[in-house]
Amino acid sequence: MSERGSGTSAESGISQRSAELVVALLTLAAGITVAVASYKLGARWGSDGPQAGYFPFYIGLLICIGSIANFVAGLRVNAGAGGLLFVHWAGLRRVAAVLLPAMVYVAGIYLVGIYVSSMFYIAAFMVLLGKYRIWKSVVIGFSVSLVLFLMFEIWFQVLLPKGAYNILSFVGH
Amino acid sequence: MHGFSVVLTPYNLVLMFVGVFLGIIVGVLPGLGGANGVAILLPLTFSMPPTSAIVMLSCIYWGALFGGAITSILFNIPGEPWSVATTFDGYPMAQQGKAGEALTASFTASFFGALVAIIMITFIAPVVANFALEFGPPEFFAVYFLTFCSFIGMGKEPPFKILVAMMLGFALAAVGIDIVTGQLRLTFGFTELLRGFNFLIAVIGLFGIGEILLSMEEGLSFSGKTAKLNMKIVLETWKKLPRFWGTAIRSTIIGCWLGITPGGATPASFMAYGIAKRTSPNGAKFGTGELEGVVAPEIANNSAGTSALLPMLALGIPGSPTAAVLLGGLLIWGLQPGPLLFVEQKDFVWGLIASMYLGNLASLILVLTCVPFFAAILKIPFSIIAPVIVVICAVGAFTVNNAMGDIWYMLIFGVIGYAFKKLDYPLAPLVLALVLGDNAESAFRQSMLISQGDVRVFFSNSLVGSITGLALLALFWPLIARMIAKAKGELAKQ
Repeated sequence: MSERGSGTSAESGISQRSAELVVALLTLAAGITVAVASYKLGARWGSDGPQAGYFPFYIGLLICIGSIANFVAGLRVNAGAGGLLFVHWAGLRRVAAVLLPAMVYVAGIYLVGIYVSSMFYIAAFMVLLGKYRIWKSVVIGFSVSLVLFLMFEIWFQVLLPKGAYNILSFVGH
Repeated sequence: MHGFSVVLTPYNLVLMFVGVFLGIIVGVLPGLGGANGVAILLPLTFSMPPTSAIVMLSCIYWGALFGGAITSILFNIPGEPWSVATTFDGYPMAQQGKAGEALTASFTASFFGALVAIIMITFIAPVVANFALEFGPPEFFAVYFLTFCSFIGMGKEPPFKILVAMMLGFALAAVGIDIVTGQLRLTFGFTELLRGFNFLIAVIGLFGIGEILLSMEEGLSFSGKTAKLNMKIVLETWKKLPRFWGTAIRSTIIGCWLGITPGGATPASFMAYGIAKRTSPNGAKFGTGELEGVVAPEIANNSAGTSALLPMLALGIPGSPTAAVLLGGLLIWGLQPGPLLFVEQKDFVWGLIASMYLGNLASLILVLTCVPFFAAILKIPFSIIAPVIVVICAVGAFTVNNAMGDIWYMLIFGVIGYAFKKLDYPLAPLVLALVLGDNAESAFRQSMLISQGDVRVFFSNSLVGSITGLALLALFWPLIARMIAKAKGELAKQ
């Protein structure tokens, strides 16, 4: 949806053109990696038929061809003032406001397990981004985790990670 | 008929309503969609009998197909990409206070579209499967080839972007242990990569997390219309609907066609809307709140969404990302999708088809009775919904393989999904390639073995030759269409 990224010239941000070019370069790098690795593995015709790298080698080549075409198409995107924006800074900040806490959340699962980490994540998100009162946020975070706990540990008997410091051990899980 | 007796156990009926209910919620919430909802819940069904599991999962899909319309009409926010076209006339109707009418029309249209598609599946799928029993590896590869070529030729995105997205999917599918030689491929020495990439993780990340990031960037704020829906409005609307029979037939045909060829529900809904606008006597008023403008895209997206299951059942080749996730489920339950399914797993197949009839009926009843409840879900602010969805996605990603690494992959796929969506790289071919990659590759290798490396094996008899020819036609269709237009132009000049 390129029209999503269109902005007025008053706003600044990452231009559509640079985003197109960077993504095309990244896919090109991925294509080269796949092709080279497959070639090393053996992309020819072995004694017993096609070798393991035969099919992925051509996949890698096709990624490279497509990426180059996309790069050339990206060069034609208007980059001057008033050109398309991929994302303006305010939008990017909001994206980071979801992504970074989500990474902290996943890291937290290693420490205190998925239930406790989820509770803190939801509560913190509500307080910091939704400007909710702390008690409200904690109640909602706790309820969601509790529902998850009942659903997975008790009804479906699917065990989820408890982390290195299992705070829930007192309830026998 | 046998299928109904398989499905009509109390346990399955409860699962059916649970599935539809969850599906509508998933369809209503931004960031969770049909493919995603099924992917997250799939691990929970591993312990169920396969028939019950597929009944529940396919009902999630029906629910999502119905639910997408609620947000489009009341909030002008399409809950699913395939309900974007429904906003064009649905939201103006809601603004004029005719939300109940629009909702009734859209649900009825959805039901009609799905019903026609299911009837088609009931009669055509066994025939196709029977025919496909004759297929050897070259024929199967040719069908895969056709699937992927039609993506490139018929997609609305730039062809090279479709190509790159699709090939990335194939490359991801190749990671891990090669099934034929047992060699490690593309693992670069990381033991984490030995397992390969699971497509469920990719689906949850690309569609779920990616969508959350997009919604967040736009700083969504919901402001919806309320809907009154009672029997009187429903009956009055039903009286008006038969007038649109012409549009209904056209939209159904578009939907079924694009559903079987992997065009999918989203282009089908746009195309049906466009054609209805051109052919309807009220065409000029489309966009201002015409009932017909709600009916056309809703019929098309549901018939497309449903008929996407036909190639999945009969050939083992899914027509949409959600069908791909269901197919992955079949593999996990130990069922080999494809023509043999109709011979070896009669209960399962006919149970599934019976559940399609009942599931759609259940969806219609649930949506007509529970609109206020589902609309209330959308009133929950995004700053609560967003972290809860991230948590649900994380849990879903973990349960696939009980691996923490998968949650990180999910986040990475989320960022990729966000960037790809903004830059017009399609996600559906990536997911399909990831699901089908191994099968397509082994079909290719076996064909090559048969022919000793001669590519002409794909033209060796009339059957495989015509499928391959069709695939090449689909691949180069945009070029061919341009050449025909040019030739016509020159003729006109002379």
